[in-house]
Amino acid sequence: MKLITPEFGLIFWTGLVFVLLLFLLTKFAWKPILNMVNAREEKIADALAQAEKTKEEMKALQAQNENLLKEARAERDAMIKDAKETALGMIEEAKSKAKEEAEKLLVSARTSINAEKAAAIAELKTQVASISLEIAEKVVRGELSSDDKQTALAQKLAEDINLN
Amino acid sequence: MTGTVAAIGAGLAVVGAGLGIGRIGGSAMDAIARQPEASGKIQTAMIIAAALIEGVALFGVVVGFLGL
Amino acid sequence: MALKSKVNTLMLTVLTVFFWSASLGNTENEEHKGEEFELVEKFHVSEFIMDHIGDAHQWHLWGDHHHGTSIYLPIILIDGGLKVFSSSEFYHGEEKEGPNGQHYIIGHEKGHEYAMFEEKIYKLDNGVLNFNEEGEVTSNRPLDFSITKNVLSLLMGAALMMVLMLSSAWYYKKNGAVAPKGVAKFIEPLIIFVRDDIAKANIGEHKYKKYVPYLLTIFFFIWINNLLGLIPVFPGGANLTGNIAVTMFLAVCTLLVTVFSGNRNYWGHIFATPGVPKPLLLIMIPIELVGILTKPFALMIRLFANITAGHVIILAFICIIFINENAAWGGLSVPMALFISVLELLVAALQAYLFAMLSALFIGAAVEEHHH
Repeated sequence: MKLITPEFGLIFWTGLVFVLLLFLLTKFAWKPILNMVNAREEKIADALAQAEKTKEEMKALQAQNENLLKEARAERDAMIKDAKETALGMIEEAKSKAKEEAEKLLVSARTSINAEKAAAIAELKTQVASISLEIAEKVVRGELSSDDKQTALAQKLAEDINLN
Repeated sequence: MTGTVAAIGAGLAVVGAGLGIGRIGGSAMDAIARQPEASGKIQTAMIIAAALIEGVALFGVVVGFLGL
Repeated sequence: MALKSKVNTLMLTVLTVFFWSASLGNTENEEHKGEEFELVEKFHVSEFIMDHIGDAHQWHLWGDHHHGTSIYLPIILIDGGLKVFSSSEFYHGEEKEGPNGQHYIIGHEKGHEYAMFEEKIYKLDNGVLNFNEEGEVTSNRPLDFSITKNVLSLLMGAALMMVLMLSSAWYYKKNGAVAPKGVAKFIEPLIIFVRDDIAKANIGEHKYKKYVPYLLTIFFFIWINNLLGLIPVFPGGANLTGNIAVTMFLAVCTLLVTVFSGNRNYWGHIFATPGVPKPLLLIMIPIELVGILTKPFALMIRLFANITAGHVIILAFICIIFINENAAWGGLSVPMALFISVLELLVAALQAYLFAMLSALFIGAAVEEHHH
């Protein structure tokens, strides 16, 4: 019976000490320790999240780099293609221009040749006419230098007429 | 004389509690063997149940103390 | 494992042999001293054990009960003013005998108005104590705020707690939120255990924070005082957490915390249990109200009985030697007492855990939100 009869004095001291402990430890131990533990847990969680984030960022960056590279490559290809096309176009143009020029030249040459030809022919004609006249004069002079020859010619002419 | 009777009573209380806690322990072992991944929860539940039974047995022991 | 068990067996044998030989040496002396021994005092086991697990106004260190070395603790009485004097006034006081052979002591000097019977202080009536027919004292008791053995143990336990916790708090203050070292390294996992596995698991994610300091204090208070009680020599050995006054106070604390944090839902379940017809409520309400009290009552009894029983068993094993008046029994009783002591180390932690966890469980039931 003695064992299970609580003593008032001990209840009082237990109460006093326990309440003091609760108050002091809460203020000076539990709260600071729990805050620190929480802070550390948050720090660790933050660090982990940060690491994850960095990883993601790295991945994104890498993807971006890849994209950039791809774009650059595509651009380069396009540029090369463009350049090639331009060059080809220029060549084509030059070619067609040259052709045109050549044709033009050809045409002008042809006309000038024709003109020359015509001139030459005309000159030839006049030359031939004058030469013919000379020849005819010489021939006539020869033919008519003597009487004989004059008669022979007359005769011959007559003969020709006869023949006709 | 009262002391002796009280001691017998305390002994009976201990027998009852022993049987009860033994059953809880055995069932908990079975449960853990079946589901080892739930052993943490099973242990907690086991301790709570054992503590409650033990509480009843301790009432008996305390009544035994009264006789001293 | 095999080596370990071999070593254990060896130690047991050595112990047994040692005690046997010691006893053989003693038998010769006992023949001489035998008669003297009988005259001095017969050994009363239950008296001896009750003495040790009860409270006292002195802290007995070693030697004979009356002539050995003790620390005399102050006696503080409120009886028409504050009266403070040393308990040696009683322990060296004048012995008297009651009507049924009860021994009580009348104090010297400052304690001359009072007498001590079974470590309780009574006011003298005309120089004697009055007893009734059942041998109980009927004299009045003054308000006794004495620093008893348990109070001193309580103060030392509290000091130890403060030192442990403040030094770990100081560590964090000095080093910031880093991994702990030293005392903090030992304390922190326990704090996290109480926070996560006791508070958060039983009270719930949203409301546990408010109760963590209380549960931490309860847990460490019980655990540290349990451990102090297991130390057999001076700074320990008091049966503090096995004292009904202490466990009652702690249980009342839990009761108050539970009652004052009970929400609408909790009281609703007590005064108008859902799904119970009105007439039945007449029976249900008293049952529920009693239920509020039985839970902390069980907490009180559980801690008290567990710790007291532990002390009783250890003492009983040691007493085997004295009952048989033969040190050879030490070969049996010392290993058994050692075994129980080690078991009690587990019980010390387990009871602290249980008290804190069941408190958390009750609080959790009180703050639980309605969900059907």
